[in-house]
Amino acid sequence: MLRVNDLTISFTRYGRGVSRDALKPVCGLNLDVKPGELLAVIGSSGSGKSLLAHAILGILPGNCRVEGGLLFRGEPLTPRRQKALRGRSIALIPQSVGFLNPLVRLGGQVRRAAALSGMAGGQARHAADAAFSRYGLAPAVSRYFPHQVSGGMARRVLSATATVGDADLIIADEPTTGLHREASRESLGFLRALADAGKSVLVITHDLKAVLPWADRVAVFHGGTTVELTAAANFSNDLSGLRHPYSRAMWMALPENEFAAEHASTQGGEQGCPFSYLCGCSDAACAAAPPAPVLFEDGFVRCHHA
Amino acid sequence: MLEAIDLGYRFGSSGPWLFQGMNIRIGPGEVVGLFGPSGLGKTTFGHLLGGYLAPAQGRVLLGGAALPVRGYCPVQCVHQHPELSVNPRWRLGRTLREAYDPPEALLDSLGIAAAWLSRYPHELSGGELQRIAVARALGPGTRYLVADEMTAMLDAITQAHIWRAVMDHCRENGVGALVISHDEALLARLCSRVIACGGVTGGMSAAVDLAGMESGEGFAGDRAQAAGSAA
Ligand code: SF4
Repeated sequence: MLRVNDLTISFTRYGRGVSRDALKPVCGLNLDVKPGELLAVIGSSGSGKSLLAHAILGILPGNCRVEGGLLFRGEPLTPRRQKALRGRSIALIPQSVGFLNPLVRLGGQVRRAAALSGMAGGQARHAADAAFSRYGLAPAVSRYFPHQVSGGMARRVLSATATVGDADLIIADEPTTGLHREASRESLGFLRALADAGKSVLVITHDLKAVLPWADRVAVFHGGTTVELTAAANFSNDLSGLRHPYSRAMWMALPENEFAAEHASTQGGEQGCPFSYLCGCSDAACAAAPPAPVLFEDGFVRCHHA
Repeated sequence: MLEAIDLGYRFGSSGPWLFQGMNIRIGPGEVVGLFGPSGLGKTTFGHLLGGYLAPAQGRVLLGGAALPVRGYCPVQCVHQHPELSVNPRWRLGRTLREAYDPPEALLDSLGIAAAWLSRYPHELSGGELQRIAVARALGPGTRYLVADEMTAMLDAITQAHIWRAVMDHCRENGVGALVISHDEALLARLCSRVIACGGVTGGMSAAVDLAGMESGEGFAGDRAQAAGSAA
């Protein structure tokens, strides 16, 4: 359904005077999401993984440069196509409930999303009602304004908004942040149900533990790229299924496992593997060049010594 | 000793009580967990301990006396969102050194790179900013730390790294901590004692000590082991 090939996002930062330096928060990122699959992209918050969502939707700020290939249903996602598909075939569930318009009643926002996806008046109202009940929102809630509902409920409204138009690819940016355990489970359960109904679901999150039980595969994001794409089941105490040292370190760092943290030197390898500053297996080859992806049947790994 | 005695809070003078009758005692160097679903006033409780808010009922005592009203507060709070606690227009070096000059060893153990200090908050990631917020809170005058979902936004590696550094600091300096989190496994790792808030009906006043979650030993044990294998 969606394939991302060697995606690089750079933006120019204007420093003092005429100095300009390019930041590359995403560099050479690969992944693919199949129909009926929930793929989790795991990485630190603020590490640039939200940019991936914005690149797919074509809503990056103007000073960003995007290189590499984005394919949706086998065809390149050009800015024009992105505009046509956004909100129809590709929908975003944003991270912040700040994306809701504070001045419009919740029902109106979901109806508007339905209309934007190409439905006519009566049909849009129908679809909005259906989306409301799908997320367990009482009809009365449609008369509320965003500030009148809890965070968990606002998130359900965002989910209703994103799925009202019957999109094939749903991207959820940090769907569990700020939610307590039950609400977080509910939020992921809804996404799982969409995947089970045949949609492609891309979940971008920092919370490996929360998303693992719901994901089919996991893409591990580090240093601007996906260092490994693997079956979710490989995250288990038998570490042999994980091929990248960073993926293993992430699993071992969970408090229910070893709570392990190497002492990180903050000097990253500028040209080599982005993980070499922390990696116990690093050698001269790692410092010299970033590893290219090596393919396996369930995914790939980028490591010289995997 | 940091003590909350019969603490209660409500908005205004007639609002519903967020909680009442909360008692807690944290000894120097002791790390205590506070666990429970959101919406029970755990954050407000942390604010009362840190002197950010005045209790509607009860008292907060540090070493038997009320918290100082002026100057550096010996109870420091660190929250989930570091971007809200730093001045967006200051370079981070200025924010970090506002209260005291953190020693190199602390910055190093928290993995803070010198280059970050000349940047502005929006140029750092959430994990990088949080490391700076933590360093800022661990001044020599800090006797207790209130960590309210301090690493809930961070990936597991960053979380483990920050907590290891904080626990080392607390142990070496006899600093006590209240760790507020919804992550039971994290609390079991860090705390010698965990207080669980009841469900929606129980509220905070029904808090009980969960004896079964004691595991402070485990943490110290791993650490000793890690040091041993490094030597
Ligand atoms: S390429 Fe080298 S430094 Fe990078 S993860 Fe593999 S072994 Fe470690």
